[in-house]
Amino acid sequence: MPNKYRKLRRQLMDYFFTGLAGSLSVVVVGALVAIFAYLVIRGAGALNFSFFTEPPRPVGEAGGGMANGILGSLMILAIASVFGVPVGIAAGVYLAEFGRHRLAKLVRFTADVLNGVPSIVIGLVAYGLVVIEQRHFSAFAGGVGLAIMMIPTVTRSTEEMLLLVPQAVREAALGLGIPQWRTTVSIILATARSGIITGVMLAFARVAGETAPLLFTAFGNQFWSFSPGQPIAALPLQIFTYAISPFDEWHRQAWAGALVLVILIVGTTTAVRFLFLRSTLGGAR
Amino acid sequence: MSTAVEVRNLKAWFGPTEALHGIDMSIASTHATAVIGPSGCGKSTFIRCLNRMHETNPEARAEGEVKIGGMDIYGVPAVDVRRRVGMVFQKANPFPTMSIYDNVAAGLKLNGMRDRRVLDEVVEHSLQQAALWEEVKDVLKKKSGASLSGGQQQRLCIARSLAVDPEVLLMDEPASALDPISTAKIEDLIFELKQKLTIVIVTHNMQQASRVAEFTGFFLMGSLVEFDRTEKIFTNPSDKRTEDYITGRFG
Amino acid sequence: MGAAPEKHLSLQDPQAPGLGGGRRSRQTMDTSESKLSLVTKAEKVPAWHRSGLNLDFGFHGLLLAAALAVLGIVALIVAELIVRSTLAWQKFGLHFLAGSEWDPVSGMFGALPFIYGTLVSSVIALVIAVPLAVSVAVFVTEMCPKLLRKPIAYATELLAAIPSVIYGLWAIFVLVPILRVYVDAWLRRYFAWTGLFSGPAYGVGMLAAGTVLAIMIIPIISSITREVLAAVPQHQREAALALGATRWEMIRVAVLRNARAGITGAVILGLGRALGETMAVTMVIGNRPEIARSLFAPGYTMASVIANEFAEAADDLYLSALMEVGLALFLVTIVVNILARLMIWTVTRGLPVRAHAQ
Repeated sequence: MPNKYRKLRRQLMDYFFTGLAGSLSVVVVGALVAIFAYLVIRGAGALNFSFFTEPPRPVGEAGGGMANGILGSLMILAIASVFGVPVGIAAGVYLAEFGRHRLAKLVRFTADVLNGVPSIVIGLVAYGLVVIEQRHFSAFAGGVGLAIMMIPTVTRSTEEMLLLVPQAVREAALGLGIPQWRTTVSIILATARSGIITGVMLAFARVAGETAPLLFTAFGNQFWSFSPGQPIAALPLQIFTYAISPFDEWHRQAWAGALVLVILIVGTTTAVRFLFLRSTLGGAR
Repeated sequence: MSTAVEVRNLKAWFGPTEALHGIDMSIASTHATAVIGPSGCGKSTFIRCLNRMHETNPEARAEGEVKIGGMDIYGVPAVDVRRRVGMVFQKANPFPTMSIYDNVAAGLKLNGMRDRRVLDEVVEHSLQQAALWEEVKDVLKKKSGASLSGGQQQRLCIARSLAVDPEVLLMDEPASALDPISTAKIEDLIFELKQKLTIVIVTHNMQQASRVAEFTGFFLMGSLVEFDRTEKIFTNPSDKRTEDYITGRFG
Repeated sequence: MGAAPEKHLSLQDPQAPGLGGGRRSRQTMDTSESKLSLVTKAEKVPAWHRSGLNLDFGFHGLLLAAALAVLGIVALIVAELIVRSTLAWQKFGLHFLAGSEWDPVSGMFGALPFIYGTLVSSVIALVIAVPLAVSVAVFVTEMCPKLLRKPIAYATELLAAIPSVIYGLWAIFVLVPILRVYVDAWLRRYFAWTGLFSGPAYGVGMLAAGTVLAIMIIPIISSITREVLAAVPQHQREAALALGATRWEMIRVAVLRNARAGITGAVILGLGRALGETMAVTMVIGNRPEIARSLFAPGYTMASVIANEFAEAADDLYLSALMEVGLALFLVTIVVNILARLMIWTVTRGLPVRAHAQ
């Protein structure tokens, strides 16, 4: 084979694969843009003031909103954070500061495994743990389910952020005769503060859109509910119910709900990225 | 002259490796003692054993007797030891998220000191002792410790150690990462400080040892080869290995 | 061993000049004496603080409890699923996984259609997602102009932030009509011979479920692949280039080959996600417990059947059967996840540990 021809072939292959990878990337980014554009158009068209202030109206009646679902979601997320965040952070601190032996490795591995458990299974477990015991669906049960999902994420991100704190900072504190617990709480956690907040917010955003664990725990509710012991509406649940319903008006509402939910999640994620991640440990490194 | 630190048969390990092979040393109080030797000779390990920082490495272990002011440091909680034995590290390590003021006050605050008046006083005094007060007194609470220059950071770390009023100050190559001017400032500081407290300084710089210290110990491969008055070590060492090192025949 | 130190320390010479000891006078320090006496040691540290050791102990215990809670939760999940599904596995045994009849009315429960649906929809998802995801990763790390790197990486991560239920909503109103009107006919024309594309095209069905799953698992596969590619040492790339390789040859020889196990791990992790994904699939798969060869036909997955039927399952055996489906799903995803972690680990473990090295 002439050398010249081979060289050309190699060059063409190079162009071909670069072009292929490039165009497939365009497809992926294009899909994202398409999804977002459609969501914004349909959602914005259906959004109005009463969406944020009213609970749903009966079928056939126009108007109404998902105000109860928004409140319900916030309540469930608050319950989830109360349980999930402290445990997650404490476990993360344990892994970062004492995590060099076999038990810590097991915990780290288990957290990763827990992260991969399907959310519907978490729903089953929350049902078994709370709903069966209490004999009724409740916001609390939904919160427990989401808390279980938050813990591994918070644990691993906390650990990662603490490991970024230079060893010199630990030594400086211990060298002053500050007890270990004080060093950890007042120096190391304070140093990694913004990173840990970022991790918590990302975990929060991740579970905010979860539907499967709420199906048979929070269950949903067409009306206002303010009690953690009662079945409660949640934004993702309501989107699901409305999306698979046969009513056009409900479909419109589902798009509006989806837009609100995505703005909440993507907004949180992006804001956190820009506000905190930049400044994390800015002075420490 | 009294003895501040009494070391008897001190051995230290990293995992299975013995890094110090039975050190005996009596360190004179209110003087500076230099510890010199080639890299890896155990000099850092040695001073990290004096305030039990050595054992913060989970692989590490130490054995033997170290008495500071009559207190056996391996018989009391490590935290209490470190309150009485301050340490300045090779690389300046101010707490990155704290202001200058909070850095200096950290040791007291975190040990439970709440009185503002006392804190203010100690902070000012410590910064003065560390010859940093004039440079930072207007930005005490505005600037973070990490925003200072390298030399200033190191003096801040010294001030932070002084604030808890230690009897002994351990310095692990405190000037090795600094420029000559900053180094000179640190050395001046050592002169001031050793009037009041005992200083043990690890250095790879023999000129520095000869400038700041009254006593010098020469470490080689985990053993203390020779320990004597600095003058004697540098002009008329009794051990051949010391002489080789001093005259530059070793690493 | 050198000179005995005591001998020299007994020299009564506090002002030992050393070589330069006399360079400084001590005057500067005199004022400090009185100041420091203001704050004696006893004043500085309250007595209760001296008991720091006990607090350390308690603190450690507290953290340990939280860490153990993570283990406890997983143990609880396993226990819960096993206990609540006892009825079903006592009654059906292994036949539960092999039986293809799912009839709550007559109390017959065989999970095979769900297992089949879960596997098929996930495989379709992988077939679509893997080339796309790996391409994005390779393009971002090796080819594209620096300026585009972050936006593309960020865009794929945004895909991961969209909740499952919204993918489902989008799939019902956008994806399914597109499949029904354009793609189905095209596949039928050119690939009918495979037997995979026949029967009525509702739009909803295995293909729709697999497609939406594909979009959902692209971000995880591509972000982990990116990590793995970044872990390939730069000198490997340079070595290939120095031999006169073109960029593509360099990627093929030096990058992809080195990262092979890690990319496989990323794909398996994506598989794990696909297997357990619930809402979007439930909304477009058609929800019919049948095993059909055609990908146009409706199906059902393990996750969907739980989502759809659990809240209305009235009798104990029905509940128990659904719990057993959950248990099977849990075990499968765990195995898949562990496998993936191990494969990714084999690639990235060589990296320097960020931790504690400073």
